Amino acid sequence: MEDSIDEVNHMAEQSILLEAKNIVKDYGQGRVLDDVSLQIHKGEVIVLIGPSGCGKSTFLRCMNGLEQIQSGQIVLDGEVITEGKTDWPSVRQKIGMVFQNYELFPHKTVLDNVILGPVKVQGRDKKEVTKEAEKLLERVGLLEKKDAFPRQLSGGQKQRVAIVRALILKPEILLFDEVTAALDPEMVREVLDVILELAAEGYTMLIVTHEMQFAKAVADKIVFIDGGKIVESDTPEKFFTQPKTDRARRFLNTFIYEKETGGEKL
Amino acid sequence: MFDETIRNMLIDGTWATLYMTLVSSLFGYVVGLPLGIILAITDKEGIKPNAVIYKILDFVVNLTRSIPFLILLIMVMPLTKAIVGQSYGSTATIVPLTIAAAPFIGRMVESSLKEVDKGVIEAAQSMGAGTFTIIYKVLLGEARTSLLVGVTIAVGTILGYSAMSGVVGGGGLGDIAVRYGYYRYETDIMFVTIIILVVLVQILQGIGMMLSKKLDRRRA
Repeated sequence: MEDSIDEVNHMAEQSILLEAKNIVKDYGQGRVLDDVSLQIHKGEVIVLIGPSGCGKSTFLRCMNGLEQIQSGQIVLDGEVITEGKTDWPSVRQKIGMVFQNYELFPHKTVLDNVILGPVKVQGRDKKEVTKEAEKLLERVGLLEKKDAFPRQLSGGQKQRVAIVRALILKPEILLFDEVTAALDPEMVREVLDVILELAAEGYTMLIVTHEMQFAKAVADKIVFIDGGKIVESDTPEKFFTQPKTDRARRFLNTFIYEKETGGEKL
Repeated sequence: MFDETIRNMLIDGTWATLYMTLVSSLFGYVVGLPLGIILAITDKEGIKPNAVIYKILDFVVNLTRSIPFLILLIMVMPLTKAIVGQSYGSTATIVPLTIAAAPFIGRMVESSLKEVDKGVIEAAQSMGAGTFTIIYKVLLGEARTSLLVGVTIAVGTILGYSAMSGVVGGGGLGDIAVRYGYYRYETDIMFVTIIILVVLVQILQGIGMMLSKKLDRRRA
């Protein structure tokens, strides 16, 4: 118990990088996010989990303005970015995002996909960026694919390129939106390994995933969302062993398979 | 088969047709490409939705597109005369051809750009790309095969329009076909112009399709 209080205090001391305050998001008639607040500290890895359609991906997309919020505030580096006219292009350079379907530019080579942002958006020197891109591609084991086009890559390879494309902009925080959901099972690992490495290096990350084992391994904090609200948030150790709410318990049970015995079910 | 005067006339007519078609296509794209881009981005699903601009342009495009070319040709004659100095001949025909082609090209550009996957645009947005970068590097770059198919269709259509201008002395192969085939009943000359027109369309179509295939990186 004391341990966890210490941990909480320790976290509060560290600076808050990104904060969502009372976010409300409506889609037509329905409310997708209902008063959601979350603080992400520098170096923290937060994993959002919850049933499909609970609003976790929408929450992620609100953080970099791909979805507009109806009320609430987003604070980045102590600055409220949702007041007045937001300069999203400059905000987004600080918030990297990786998507479920990779979203690589199909007409551009792997290298061109990676250097487009730094060269065209940040106006950096092409030669220097190319060198850096090659280094990053080598790190994820894809240097020899730099002149390939996306169609020539497997899903896992595409997603690793997409991660590199986000990394090269040197964002302060990375958002991962179900990045393994479209992958064949044997390719999930190669992508998650890259993310685990980034976590070990101290990257701040907000991750939406359905991979519970991965969530357990990578997260500093698990946030469980259902019906557009944060139902529970805790350390992975606690959340996965002793969930506080009945809703979270039921959700976790859907990942447990047992032989039908005809007797009473869990 | 024909004497030299006729042969020379056919050769000149072919050049005049190509001249009208290509110059009008070029001018058509000078107006139509920005028009199509603005239509695509100001649409409610676009990257800079603006209902007012979209509706105005949409209306203007529809209006211009609903005037049959032959009538447009006659309608804009005063304008043609003011710009070119005369209202007949192949240079004069470029004016109505451009006016007819621009909105048509704008529509095709719009539809090509709307084919670009929304996720790819979001990816560009999420790396901080501004509107201009997205248009230039993502929309135009990723829609290029479709845009080239559009160019091929546009050039073919403008070629057809240019022949129509022959009715009012527009110059080129259409003019020859009307003068000899319709007024003089020299149908052999008319058939030759038709054959030349068919060959021209085939060549232009072939070049366009070849280029668009060559630039397509999505397939092997």
